[in-house]
Amino acid sequence: MQLSHSEFALAPAAERRRFVLQARPATLDVAARALGLGDTFAMLAAAAAGAVTALRLGPQEVLLLLDPAGADDGLSALRAGLAGVAHSLVEVSDRQVGLDLSGALVEAALASLTSIDVAVAAFPVGMATRTLLGKADGVLWRTAPDRFRLEVWRSFAPYLSGLLDEAARDAVF
Amino acid sequence: MSQAFRVPGHGRVDPARTVSFTFDGRRFQGQAGDTLASALLANGHHLMGRSFKYHRPRGAVSAGSDEPNALVAVGSGPALQTPNLRATQVELYEGLTAVSQNRFPSLKFDLGAVNTLAAPLLPAGFYYKTFMWPRSFWDRVYEPVIRRAAGLGVAPTAPDPDHYAFQYAHCDVLVAGAGPAGLAAALAAGRAGARVILAEETAEAGGSLLSDRTSRIDGRPAALWVADILAELAGLPNVRVLTRCTAFNYGPHNMVALNQRLSDHLADPAPDMPRERLWQVRAQEVVLAAGALERPLVFEGNDRPGVMLASAARTYLNRYGVACGRRAVIVTADDSAYRVALDLHAAGVTVAAIADLRPAPDSALVRAAQEAGLTVLPGTTVQRAHGGTRVHGVELARLLPDGSVGKGRHWRADLVLMSGGYTPSVHLFSQSRGKLVFDAELGVYVPGEPAERTRSAGACRGVYALACVLADGAAAGVAAAGAAGFAADAPAWTVDAADEPGRGGYAGALPRRGKGLLAMAFVDFQNDVTAKDVKLAVREGFQSIEHIKRYTTTGMATDQGKMSNVNALGIAADALGRPVEKVGLTTFRPPFTPVTFGAFASHARGDLFDPDRRTPIDPWARAQGAVFEDVGLWRRARYFPRGSEDMEAAVRRECLAVRGGVGIFDASTLGKIEVVGPDAATFMNRMYVNAWTKLGVGRCRYGLMCRENGFVYDDGVVGRIAQDRFHVTTTTGGAPGVLALMEDYLQTEWPELDVWLTSTTEEWAVIALQGPSARAVLAPLVDGLDISAEALPHMSLAEGTIGGVPMRLFRVSFTGELGFEINVPARHGRAVWQAIWDAGQGVGITPYGTETMHVLRAEKGYIIVGQETDGTATPDDAGCGWAVSKAKADFVGKRSLALPAMQAPDRKQLVGLLTEAAWEVLEEGAQLVARPDEAIPMRVLGHVTSSYFSATLGRSIALAMVSGGRARVGETLYVPMEGRTIAVTVTKPVFYDVEGARLNV
Amino acid sequence: MLLIRCPYCGERSEIEFANGGEAHIARPADPMSRTDEEWAQYLYMRDNPKGLIAERWRHAHGCNRFFNALRDTRTDRFVMTYEMGRPRPEIDAATAAEAAR
Ligand SMILES: [Zn+2]
Repeated sequence: MQLSHSEFALAPAAERRRFVLQARPATLDVAARALGLGDTFAMLAAAAAGAVTALRLGPQEVLLLLDPAGADDGLSALRAGLAGVAHSLVEVSDRQVGLDLSGALVEAALASLTSIDVAVAAFPVGMATRTLLGKADGVLWRTAPDRFRLEVWRSFAPYLSGLLDEAARDAVF
Repeated sequence: MSQAFRVPGHGRVDPARTVSFTFDGRRFQGQAGDTLASALLANGHHLMGRSFKYHRPRGAVSAGSDEPNALVAVGSGPALQTPNLRATQVELYEGLTAVSQNRFPSLKFDLGAVNTLAAPLLPAGFYYKTFMWPRSFWDRVYEPVIRRAAGLGVAPTAPDPDHYAFQYAHCDVLVAGAGPAGLAAALAAGRAGARVILAEETAEAGGSLLSDRTSRIDGRPAALWVADILAELAGLPNVRVLTRCTAFNYGPHNMVALNQRLSDHLADPAPDMPRERLWQVRAQEVVLAAGALERPLVFEGNDRPGVMLASAARTYLNRYGVACGRRAVIVTADDSAYRVALDLHAAGVTVAAIADLRPAPDSALVRAAQEAGLTVLPGTTVQRAHGGTRVHGVELARLLPDGSVGKGRHWRADLVLMSGGYTPSVHLFSQSRGKLVFDAELGVYVPGEPAERTRSAGACRGVYALACVLADGAAAGVAAAGAAGFAADAPAWTVDAADEPGRGGYAGALPRRGKGLLAMAFVDFQNDVTAKDVKLAVREGFQSIEHIKRYTTTGMATDQGKMSNVNALGIAADALGRPVEKVGLTTFRPPFTPVTFGAFASHARGDLFDPDRRTPIDPWARAQGAVFEDVGLWRRARYFPRGSEDMEAAVRRECLAVRGGVGIFDASTLGKIEVVGPDAATFMNRMYVNAWTKLGVGRCRYGLMCRENGFVYDDGVVGRIAQDRFHVTTTTGGAPGVLALMEDYLQTEWPELDVWLTSTTEEWAVIALQGPSARAVLAPLVDGLDISAEALPHMSLAEGTIGGVPMRLFRVSFTGELGFEINVPARHGRAVWQAIWDAGQGVGITPYGTETMHVLRAEKGYIIVGQETDGTATPDDAGCGWAVSKAKADFVGKRSLALPAMQAPDRKQLVGLLTEAAWEVLEEGAQLVARPDEAIPMRVLGHVTSSYFSATLGRSIALAMVSGGRARVGETLYVPMEGRTIAVTVTKPVFYDVEGARLNV
Repeated sequence: MLLIRCPYCGERSEIEFANGGEAHIARPADPMSRTDEEWAQYLYMRDNPKGLIAERWRHAHGCNRFFNALRDTRTDRFVMTYEMGRPRPEIDAATAAEAAR
């Protein structure tokens, strides 16, 4: 059975450079200002400006997704802002891949994998969190009511794609 | 005549759609909407199975999931046959094939039935008493015989071809059961806007209302009211109604598991349709509306086909349009059976007599029966049912005022209905740790104080009158919605013409004339437990109801006491001379009804059982014909056979190629952690046994990590990228554990350290290039980087590019040869590998796998954590004492290493072993002893941890952990094997290039 | 499956967490100054109470932070969760009784 695109679609996300920024919360606030993303990164939320999107995944952890076109400027601003302040910035561009999930069945498919409530009331657009999907970790970010970005470690992508595809097909019944 | 017992104008089956099926090879017809049981009964066929222990002929006693007797296997073929399904729940479809169970050779004539004659030999606790000794008989004699004779059904032998879905769900209010109480609760909560899930076990919502032809709600017949409510629920987007969906487990914190059967009722399901879906529902609030189950009466022959629960006969008549017999005798202790009598009477079934155990029953229902001309016999009990594969009569007798039983009279009947009153279904409530309390008036246990955010409504808490049930359900729905934050109004309905059943019921075995125990009066039909068994258990000294349950097996297995619990309690209480409420209650265990293994496995099967992790270089290895092995979740190339080579031949060739030229190896699976921050060196000093402060930027060191107990936990090369940045590698399997242990110390013990950890395992593809020709191959590729021995000595690193791709280049070796590990971003791994491969063609570059890697490192005596070590080896035991810093005041494990036991001279230490015969390869795991003639039990000195044939040395080598091993170098030890003993010489664990000259070139 | 409130992410199912054993057992500042007996106490001895336990959890498949929790081992009911570094909170009798229920 083939699902229509409006039911469920899974596609590689647009190319991004990725960095894990870790620091004490006050330092992360400094980073937010340096990147022009406000005074703080709100917990479990995405913030975007220019080429930079930041997902606050933990009190001391932010995942930065950068459009390659403007990545260097963003990184320069960040490094300048954090100069002399204790932090860790590690490139993970190749550690993980992005998958765009969309369609009317996307919530049902995800609900087969994660124990968190993905209904829009509980997981609104702009929310982002790491969670357990089946037997693999992934970062789930809702980009639209019927659209999620899933960031997973590279070697887990085939497993999660297979699981999501099967779950979406089951969700028809 | 086909379907001779079908009653026109009755039931919810479709008279226009006839369905053919086979049962035990015989063809039958039923109607769409039938269950297997109702269709068989429509054909006058009561015999549906044989009992578990005595192989007694059995028919359906109930019409629902409480059915203990009519267990069948449905489907055909080695994979598709599902055993132990209740015929009362199996929905009929065209072509359904079912067979009965526990019979040999046929259902009608069963050899196992001689067990009935041997019943005096099979008392309670029979297995415990009989099969105790001799012990040696258990495995070969007792167990196989018991297993063949007993057991419920036959498991399929081939893999399950179906697939199963799984879903988490979240809701404000979960309602379990869609009878009148559940419907009212769901509607109340749904109207308030709460997210509601309503789960109904059967194919159709409505519960008892579907069998009710008399009650009216708001002037509408009950079944039409159900349709109205369902239509309204269907219009509420916040309400989900799941039929064929059993709530079978009530877990902690309001997580309730549901099993939804999707395709079993379909003759021709869509090819991709999952068979079942397991739901894990996290509910804010739960409403339990599980209803109540009618109790059978315990008397001689109460298991004969044609002896049924009164409510079941009513359900078969009113829901399925089936008369279960022509001439019925009803025995009751409860008013509700009178409604059954009236319905049967109206449908043309002769109701010969209603025997009421109560001396003076009097209610509107009783009077209605009398007015209809039915024979009501107050103060009358049943002595026994007569019949074999079908009941043909009963003996009724007066209960005399002194408690004795009068003379019996035979009544002809092909249907004997019994009602011992109702038992609330408290299984889910009990699973949720709620406390059950004894309701003396009802004589049953009902839900008391809940432990979870849950409430019971309707019959499952002893509320039976329809008007009260609806109000109770509505109130529960309002309360649940309110607790979840939704203000709700209770819907109200007027109920008329409904029966008001009086309080009644009976618990225990019915009184008998004369003395003696009840030999074949069943308490638990499924487990073949009789009243006599329960009494015997008490007589033999069992006082606790939990012990009585285990000794007699009553209420065990799939039944979980649905039908048997209260009667067993009644008998035990009687025998113990204690009131029922003082005897206590056994635990109700999940699942409420059996759940298929497939549903539990759901997606986790085949390719999706586990993540199948592959490296960026994996496609190349596959194209080269590599043979793979699983390492944790990773798939790694084990060796690269050429032509017809086996593993041994391939590994010899690969080893010689590395030592003689250059080999290329995919080390991408190595765990990698980037440790970054001003306190990075301090943190490393504390986590590893080594000293890190003085390690210069651009240098590497072998790192060894212990747990706090002083035992080796992991190892790997660590490179210092910058003053505040370390590139840490771990073993392939150890990566998540090492990161978790590091986070544990960092967050719990040393939160003041400014250092952070990032897993970079998958960021880097790692290509190991090893062998004397490695530098020559690599040098032209690294974009001008100087990798000479002077610029990049052993245990150093450099950052640069390779073909324009960013690279971290480590000069390290796990082979003992000149070696490099080239780290590049994963997306470039395959291309860089290919470039090196191409560049090495002139010098015979050879790909090698994990097996060759193991041999090469063993030749050098390098340990593998988890192979040489087993969680009880210290660094010194493993021959790595040199790595332990003496100068550091503290590190994880240091204090434990100072304990006396950790320095005992007889600790197992890493040594090498050489056999006398060069060709002899020891078995890994083989034990070592001191003398060739060591007596049993032998004193084991150690064991072989690694053993290979070394092509380089032209002989076998082995590593071993041996008690006081280093002091035994030169000694001969012995490896006792089956039939012979192998002598070995203890050596130092380094077999090749002891001085390390080949590394430093 | 338990429902556990991560102080940073809110309520999540148990499957996202790893239990870290009893809380508030500080690693001695200078282990080498401890006697063998004291060290063994630190390493191996735990209270294993029947009742309220202060224990560590890590939101392993979430924010990756350790935190502490007060849980009644008889009922699996959580009284509260709190950040690492905070002392074990005092619990009044009514709250403890509710957890034991
Ligand atoms: Zn968290």
